[in-house]
Amino acid sequence: MNEPVIIANKLTKRFGDFTATNEISFEVKKGEIFGFLGANGAGKTTAIRMFCGLLLPSSGSATVAGFDVFKQTELIKQNIGYMSQKFSLYEDLTVKENIRFYAGIYGMSRRLIKEKTGPLLKQLNLLSEANMLVKSLPLGWKQKLAFSVAVFHEPKVVFLDEPTGGVDPITRREFWNLIFQAAERGITVFVTTHYMDEAEYCNRVSIMVDGKIEALDTPRKLKQSFNALSMDEVFLQLARGAKRAGD
Amino acid sequence: MNQLLFLLEKEFRQVFRNPAILRSVLVMPFIQLLVFPFAANYEVKNVLLSIVDHDHSSYSKKFISKITSTGYFKLTDYSPSYNKAMEAIESDKADLIIEIPPGFEKELVKENKSKMLLAVNAVNGTKANLGGAYAVNIIRDFNQEIQVEWMTFPSFNAIPAIEITSSNWYNPTMNYKDFMVPGILVTLLTMIGTFLSALNIVQEKEIGTIEQINVSPIAKSTFILGKLIPFWIMGLVTLTIGLLVSRFFYQIVSIGNIGLIYLFAMVFLLALLGVGLLISTFAETQTQATFVGFFVMMIFMLLGGLYTSIDSMPEWAKWITKINPVAYFIEVMRMIVLKGSGFAAIKYHLLSVLGLAVVFNSWAIWNYRKRS
Amino acid sequence: MKQFIIFVQKEFYHIFRDRKSLLIIIFMPIVQIILFGFALTNEIKDSDIAILDNAKDGASGEIIRRLDASRYFNAARYLHTQGEIETAFKTGKIRLVVVFQPGFRAALLHNNHAQLQLIADATDPNTATTITNYAASIVRDYQSDLNLLVQTPYLITPQIRMLYNPQLKGAYNFVPGVMAMILILISAMMTSVAIVREKEINTMEVLLVSPLKPFLFILSKAIPYMFLSLVNVTTILIVSVSLLEVPIKGSLLLLMAEALLFITTSVSLGLLISNVTNSQQTALMISLMGLLLPTLLLGGFMFPIESMPRPLQVVSNLVPSKWFFIIVKNVMIKGLGFKMVWKETLILFGMALFFLAVSITKFKTRLA
Repeated sequence: MNEPVIIANKLTKRFGDFTATNEISFEVKKGEIFGFLGANGAGKTTAIRMFCGLLLPSSGSATVAGFDVFKQTELIKQNIGYMSQKFSLYEDLTVKENIRFYAGIYGMSRRLIKEKTGPLLKQLNLLSEANMLVKSLPLGWKQKLAFSVAVFHEPKVVFLDEPTGGVDPITRREFWNLIFQAAERGITVFVTTHYMDEAEYCNRVSIMVDGKIEALDTPRKLKQSFNALSMDEVFLQLARGAKRAGD
Repeated sequence: MNQLLFLLEKEFRQVFRNPAILRSVLVMPFIQLLVFPFAANYEVKNVLLSIVDHDHSSYSKKFISKITSTGYFKLTDYSPSYNKAMEAIESDKADLIIEIPPGFEKELVKENKSKMLLAVNAVNGTKANLGGAYAVNIIRDFNQEIQVEWMTFPSFNAIPAIEITSSNWYNPTMNYKDFMVPGILVTLLTMIGTFLSALNIVQEKEIGTIEQINVSPIAKSTFILGKLIPFWIMGLVTLTIGLLVSRFFYQIVSIGNIGLIYLFAMVFLLALLGVGLLISTFAETQTQATFVGFFVMMIFMLLGGLYTSIDSMPEWAKWITKINPVAYFIEVMRMIVLKGSGFAAIKYHLLSVLGLAVVFNSWAIWNYRKRS
Repeated sequence: MKQFIIFVQKEFYHIFRDRKSLLIIIFMPIVQIILFGFALTNEIKDSDIAILDNAKDGASGEIIRRLDASRYFNAARYLHTQGEIETAFKTGKIRLVVVFQPGFRAALLHNNHAQLQLIADATDPNTATTITNYAASIVRDYQSDLNLLVQTPYLITPQIRMLYNPQLKGAYNFVPGVMAMILILISAMMTSVAIVREKEINTMEVLLVSPLKPFLFILSKAIPYMFLSLVNVTTILIVSVSLLEVPIKGSLLLLMAEALLFITTSVSLGLLISNVTNSQQTALMISLMGLLLPTLLLGGFMFPIESMPRPLQVVSNLVPSKWFFIIVKNVMIKGLGFKMVWKETLILFGMALFFLAVSITKFKTRLA
């Protein structure tokens, strides 16, 4: 439980003279649920995209699952799962076909895919929808499915970029149950969110303001040190000074 | 390898669920091949003719009846003056004026020579060329008939004459459709190949699934290959349909080896799909991809030698045709189907297109970035 | 009115923000007109021919020299046997083979009769006919030069005059054609895509609840593209006149007015398309298949309409570009006045009116 899975050291990304993330440093331990909070435009997505190997950092260093984000991105990709802000399943494929496809490109064997698909569908209560096009599912179900697909190949880390946008509170709760289960299996969860109630579910939370990490601790300790009753208050105190207003 | 199979499975499922793609691969070839050759017909049969006969002699009349009976010309206007005939040209009622001067017959008899004026509407070059050529030929024939008729026997044969015989190989009936159908088949493949592949990746960009692929460990080349193969197969299906239509509807039987056509098509499609992929790596939206795709396709087709001969293009345009896979395939298609050319005759073309395929595809792979 | 201006402004923002598309819209026509204007020509020039000279005497030599020296031909290959003819054609480039009989000169001078055979690659029947004719007339010229001393009796000399386009430049035909094609593409396709995009990203809802009248809403969409199309007409004309040396013989004012009319027709057509589709991709496909191909095939500038079968000729009347092509050809190349194009103008006007009326009545101010 103590080996760090993600290490960031002064990781920086500049676009021209705009610094999207400014020297962020932290470590995330194995099996941890790490919340990555910040207002719109604070630099969360940029950071996540650097860890996933989608963006080349400008300076600093970082490793994910022991691999360097500058040079070993293809190795990183074998060890992570990712669920983006944009909906990431193929709408014109069925539930089963999506699972099969994504599992396949992560190199899982056909036999293993077959074995694991049944239990997953059962767990998600999607048995009768298995052969329906994803297009026809309600949004909340799609999101749960997308997450399950992202961890289907049992990655070391899963990156979730605002996974619960536009989803009702009950489904959000169910969604988090899936996250907890994954964490119990030892998958490290790196999640960005706007919802402060979700922040409470995390083991540790970092709050980004204008590209910098302004606070990083467990939710309980954060509330203590900011003398706040809820994460909401912590966040408001920090975010109020932000120059980059929401987009 | 395994990853590639999964990719292919996914692409095929998506294709079979998309009626628009199926329609364009299976149905469009029929419609296009059944309609286009009739529209794209440059057979110049009906040159509209305006005659200004100032002579009204028996020989001018004889000439008029000769020229109207050839089948190339349709007498649509009979004007009293050149200016009146010009009005027919202006309103597109005539393409060609023949003016027979006053005293045409008399001068021919007395002075041994006479003139005839041909004025061709040359806005459309092909029609002007052909119409003019037909008319001059007919005048010459007519002239010879007169010479034979009028000349006294001893003086005939006194001048050296060259007898010109001409023959038309490979298309003796001068059927324009035989020429166009193989070419149109190539444009069909071009349209399907370029557009489907160009739009496909851009679509994944627009709906965001490409990001999901980019964070996966799949290799760039595997991904591109997974995109290429389905369209490559669809292209070959289209080709088969097209060849069947030209065989059974137009009775065009390839003189050369069909296998050679397929061999060339395989390489050709590879080059074309490379172009489509390249476009999709540049474009951000489907609209942009369509625009660029359309632009490239226009250049490919119009500078491909389907409509106008590459021979008559200026030097720099000929150079463009050297990097145009469509130009090679149209030529090869006509060579194999109409002339029965063999492998030796097309190997230079095949190698060139293979080279282009390698260039376009490597460029596309290089330009497709999993990270920015 | 103020709302309306704001709407038009918004449309212009959309256009100018998407730099890539804007660049394509502005430069594509210029590149196309230059490319096609120079490259597409039906003129026969430097065609490769092969010679099978069984005579190898002064006469055959002189004819070969004349063929090679003419701008039509390039004596690219010399063959030695009859059998080589087939290979010459099959490897591609040779368009015509000239065969001299053995003892050509002797036959010509002593028997007054010599044979010469022209074998054309007739895969392209038109080129074959034209080339054979050119070659034949070069041979005939040689023959009449031989006979200079002996006057040919009863000779009719045809004098050919190429009207409007003495150099047989392809550009004279293609400039009006490409203009029609580009205008319909940009006006109709872009307008339809612009409206359908609002449907797709759901901003349509917001616009529909605004107090702007549907008619003005449609107009605000159309104006920017009409403006862009006018820019295109202008650049096309400038390029044609300055680079391609295609003159504007008729009134520029009339030409521009007709172009504006055609643009209006195309934009109305685009509006109609946007009314019946819900996705950008469908709109693009309808525009390409429904507008572009008919324009290329039935517009009259690629293929002569009168050679087509009757049903296609009838269908071609429904293609707006056909009428615009006739108008531009008449006004720009032939220099005719309004008197000669009023009929076509009226047809375009009627089409515009029809498309507009249908799209305004069909425009839904409510979703679904």
